Amino acid sequence: MRTRYSEDQQAVAEAFGDLFAREATPETVRAAEAGCGFDPGLWRKLVAAGAPGMAVPVTDGGGGASLVDLAVVVHEWGRRIAPVPLVEHAVCARLLGSAGAQRELVTAVSSGELIATLAPGPVGPDGTARLVPAGAVADVVAAKHGDNVVVARARPPGAARPNTADLPLADRDLSDAETLASGAAAAGAWDRALAEWKALMAVAYAGLAGEVLAMGVAYTKQRHQFGVPVGSFQAVQHGLADASTRSEGARLLAFRAVCAVDAGRADGARLASMALLFGAESGRFATDRVLQYHGGYGYSAEYDVQLYYRRAAGWLLQLGEPAAEVARLADADLGPKAA
Amino acid sequence: MDFTMPARAEDFRAEVQQFLAEHLTGEMIAATRDGTIHSPALHRAIADRGWLSGAVPAELGGGGMDPVDLCVLLEELQLHQAPADALGVAVVAVSMILEHGRDHLRSTVAPRLMSGEALACLGYSEPESGSDVAAARTRAVRDGDRWVINGSKMWTTLAHVADYVLLLTRTDPDVPKHRGLTFFVVPLDTAGIEIQAVETMGNERSNATFYDDVVLGDEWRLGEVNDGWTVMKTALKYERGIAGGQFPSPPVIEAAVDWARRARRADGSRPIDDDEVRHKLMRAMIDVEVCRSFAYHTAALASEGAMFGVEGSMTKLFASESYKKHCAWFLDMMGAEGLLTHDDPGAHMDGLIEEHFRHAPVTAIYGGTSEINRNLVAEGWLGLPRSRS
Ligand SMILES: Cc1cc2nc3c(=O)[nH]c(=O)nc-3n(C[C@H](O)[C@H](O)[C@H](O)COP(=O)(O)OP(=O)(O)OC[C@H]3O[C@@H](n4cnc5c(N)ncnc54)[C@H](O)[C@@H]3O)c2cc1C
Repeated sequence: MRTRYSEDQQAVAEAFGDLFAREATPETVRAAEAGCGFDPGLWRKLVAAGAPGMAVPVTDGGGGASLVDLAVVVHEWGRRIAPVPLVEHAVCARLLGSAGAQRELVTAVSSGELIATLAPGPVGPDGTARLVPAGAVADVVAAKHGDNVVVARARPPGAARPNTADLPLADRDLSDAETLASGAAAAGAWDRALAEWKALMAVAYAGLAGEVLAMGVAYTKQRHQFGVPVGSFQAVQHGLADASTRSEGARLLAFRAVCAVDAGRADGARLASMALLFGAESGRFATDRVLQYHGGYGYSAEYDVQLYYRRAAGWLLQLGEPAAEVARLADADLGPKAA
Repeated sequence: MDFTMPARAEDFRAEVQQFLAEHLTGEMIAATRDGTIHSPALHRAIADRGWLSGAVPAELGGGGMDPVDLCVLLEELQLHQAPADALGVAVVAVSMILEHGRDHLRSTVAPRLMSGEALACLGYSEPESGSDVAAARTRAVRDGDRWVINGSKMWTTLAHVADYVLLLTRTDPDVPKHRGLTFFVVPLDTAGIEIQAVETMGNERSNATFYDDVVLGDEWRLGEVNDGWTVMKTALKYERGIAGGQFPSPPVIEAAVDWARRARRADGSRPIDDDEVRHKLMRAMIDVEVCRSFAYHTAALASEGAMFGVEGSMTKLFASESYKKHCAWFLDMMGAEGLLTHDDPGAHMDGLIEEHFRHAPVTAIYGGTSEINRNLVAEGWLGLPRSRS
């Protein structure tokens, strides 16, 4: 048992930490908000660094890294709320390979030449998947339609539905989608992909919370009122201490979930779901406290807290209602409700 | 990075479970209702297995159990609600004695504590000082090669069953408070000691202890004169390793699930089919997994030889505050029935949830209050300026 990064993982964290710090600045985040929540230049740099397909098996044209290694990169991505659909893409890339999609498609996605995503919600009777994460920019959309895992390849709309978190959400027509897998195989592959998405987004939330808390500490040390730093007021300290305690717990649970999912352990899906729910809750709590302790400036568009505040709300909701996720968790743990 | 328990630790878990199946009885758990969360038979059995001395670090002459195994032992003890308050105290006391004690304490007291034959208790808190533990006023005055101790301690838990108290005293009142403290290991049968019960809202008895011209040879001194703060810091360090407290909630959650399945509401429906109830149960289980992640993380750090500090404060803060919340939720869930105590024959599971509800607040007070832990996180983790307001 080793609950810290290995030396290699530390090196990966530093390399991608530098890349995102350089290329996904708050300015680029804001610039992407003016468009559809996507920065194509940043995507090209990630492609050059081999990130989009890093956790796809080598035989499928990927980098052969583990889900845990990918999570190390996702943590850095989350810290910078970087406007590229890294998690959806990476999870979909793994799904396509394991569900036996055409080789040419798998390799084009693994390399990042095509952007892929998955629609976590149900596909409507008219074949439309609504508010698909990264739907505005994805060339490839995988979904669960009835008992099948389906994949559609189409030109992305390039425009997002305007939303709180400036995420590239868009409706996608999947009526022409091809079936990749059916029945039990489809269910297994899809559940695994969703568990991967949840565990990785939980890690992203840990990155987001860690970064926003660092902003909170820096600001409250430097901002003076009544002749002292506001960070010396115990009320402020205790709010930040509670938020960092929850965020640290969320980070540990998130990486524990990734490890369990990666190892194919029976409790993987349960931990992934729990980690996401708790990660989102603590991420929102951290952004709320840090916004509050910035006073009026926290509410201003000029400061970066608001960028984090909105994404902390948005990331989880891409999955649907949080209460529905809790209900699924309860069904698995407690048995279904009586009719 | 790998959060999976090593196979060795899982084998050890099975061994602990087997041990508890053999040695821990329902009567032992019920007997703690007299307020003493200690079972002599269980304590001896744990010591006989070598787990008490095992928990003492190897470099001090203990068994040096791997911290991951120790974590598993503490997890299982808590999940089974084993009354083991004296275990952690004994391990801390032995560690302090082996690190700072001289021959007399090392050869007489330490072996008796390690074998489970004798018990220790901790005399830090006083009527006028708790969080500010260094403000202790109990006075020890040197008289030739003897010491004379006068004063009183509050919350000397287990003193009424223990053989020794690790006593924090003031030996120099004229220097800054941290520099005038000295520790002693005091046999509780020494003349001049009085022990009075302190009853609590929970089923937990503590004590006020009084020291009236207690005369002690210098061989009972622990550490250097006026260097008691160094010894105190050692105690806090060892306490982090052995302090369980990460798993108070699971028995409450299990009881709540059981009740929610059995109970029927006026309309005939089962609470377990109510979304609100299901939500609270799952939310509580999420907190338990957070606690487990903290526990495994600190154990893994200790196992690598990395010293952790603030992580321990975070774990305790999160576990105790979430436990309080869970107890309140599930008490409410049961309505008036939740109020029934174990004295009522109809109380669900002998009033387990009700008992935990009364116990929970203390976990956010003893062993460092939640406020003190938040201060430690703010200063030690976030690097915020020290606050005095
Ligand atoms: C059942 C029980 C068993 C115990 N067992 C033992 C034992 O075996 N041995 C032993 O030595 N002690 C024991 N204790 C004592 C325990 O450690 C103290 O109660 C605890 O440290 C708090 O001290 P206090 O009660 O004096 O509260 P105080 O220190 O007076 O605190 C009162 C309130 O002020 C807050 N506060 C204090 N300082 C600060 C600060 N700097 N910043 C913000 N808030 C602050 C506290 O958090 C608390 O809310 C036990 C207590 C109980 C209730």
